[in-house]
Amino acid sequence: MFVTAAYAQQSTTTEGAEAHDAAAAGEVHTETGVAHEGEAGSGVFPPFDSTHFASQLLWLAITFGLFYLLMSKVIIPRIGGILETRHDRIAQDLDEASRLKGEADAAIASYEQELATAKAKGHQIADGAREAAKSKAVADRNAVEADLSKKIAAAEDRIADIKTKALADVGVIAEETATAVVKQLIGGTVTKAEIVAAVKASAGN
Amino acid sequence: MSNDPTHQFLVNKIVPIEIGGIDFSFTNASLFMVATVGAAAGFLYLTTSQRGLIPTRLQSVSEMSYEFIASMLREGAGNGGMKFFPMVFSLFMFILTANLLGMFPYFFTITSQIIVTFALALFVIGTVLFYGFYKHGFGFLKLFVPQGVPGVLLPLVVSIEIISFLSRPISLSVRLFANMLAGHITLKVFAGFVTSLSALGALGIGGAILPLIMTVAITGLEFLVCFLQAYVFAVLTCMYLNDAVHPGSH
Repeated sequence: MFVTAAYAQQSTTTEGAEAHDAAAAGEVHTETGVAHEGEAGSGVFPPFDSTHFASQLLWLAITFGLFYLLMSKVIIPRIGGILETRHDRIAQDLDEASRLKGEADAAIASYEQELATAKAKGHQIADGAREAAKSKAVADRNAVEADLSKKIAAAEDRIADIKTKALADVGVIAEETATAVVKQLIGGTVTKAEIVAAVKASAGN
Repeated sequence: MSNDPTHQFLVNKIVPIEIGGIDFSFTNASLFMVATVGAAAGFLYLTTSQRGLIPTRLQSVSEMSYEFIASMLREGAGNGGMKFFPMVFSLFMFILTANLLGMFPYFFTITSQIIVTFALALFVIGTVLFYGFYKHGFGFLKLFVPQGVPGVLLPLVVSIEIISFLSRPISLSVRLFANMLAGHITLKVFAGFVTSLSALGALGIGGAILPLIMTVAITGLEFLVCFLQAYVFAVLTCMYLNDAVHPGSH
């Protein structure tokens, strides 16, 4: 009402000089009059107008009652069901996750155990191989050594043979030499027996 | 459209109905009650129709309002109060939707009618009284006798308690009604300033900027008030229901 009055005043002051002033003001006043009449129909502030109370109460009861029924029979069970399903699903997923985690842990444990076994086996194989290689090397060396010593012995035998042969030849050479020496020195001949005796005697010394 | 800020609260008959000499006409208020129920129930129904395990945005809005009211009621009235969940949920959704619908220009705000809010408040208090006496018999009257009060003061305290209990439906309804009414009148008055100032020419249009900013700001505030008043109504309902479930515990 205040705004309407103000609007009326403003239109009067600003457009006062203009020809259609009266018409405009009249129009505004008419409008105000209509608005007042609408209110004046009951003569009270609209929200306190008791003529519509019965209708408002009836329709509120119908609409709110319907809404309450819809909520309690349809919507609330449905949303409650959705939330419950989700909680169940989450709990189930958590169980599943912990079960899988247990499985993974078991798998890791068995893997580590197998790894340890394999390592031990590997060590064992390596040790065996090393031992075998070592013993083979030792055997080879022994064989080679035995061969060598056999060859050395054979060589030594030959050397001894040659030596004895040489030594035996030494007597003959000495006799021949002695015979020749004696022949040159004294011009006579010496019997072979004497020479041999002499060589023997010197060799015996 | 009239410039009268109370014009928006006028109730107009759409379909005149009269039963036994009493006017039960289908009015614009009735129309918006139907619209409120349709909008709120339709939103909740359609957004949850997928029953998605992973909610869409709109489904999570419905779920959030469900959990919001459920936790409010559990905190306010304990697990014993959960049987009133459909009632509190319906009240909250109905009032919130009605308030928000009222924010649309040319729409009727049913919560700005004192008879509507008073009926809703009486529904709450009636439920409290009915359930309180049904469940606890005359033990419900312990509600008015706080423990540990000296005998001399008892008559005074009891009368204060009774008066405060009787004033509950009034405060509950007037709070909602007055907030919605005052907010819409304020909006209308400031918006009216914009139109009447801009009729004054260039200077008036410049001067109309301030009320225009105010109108925009108040619109934002009114959306907050819409939610807040629905929330307050629901919280107080939970508190009053707590008295019915556990009388004498305060």
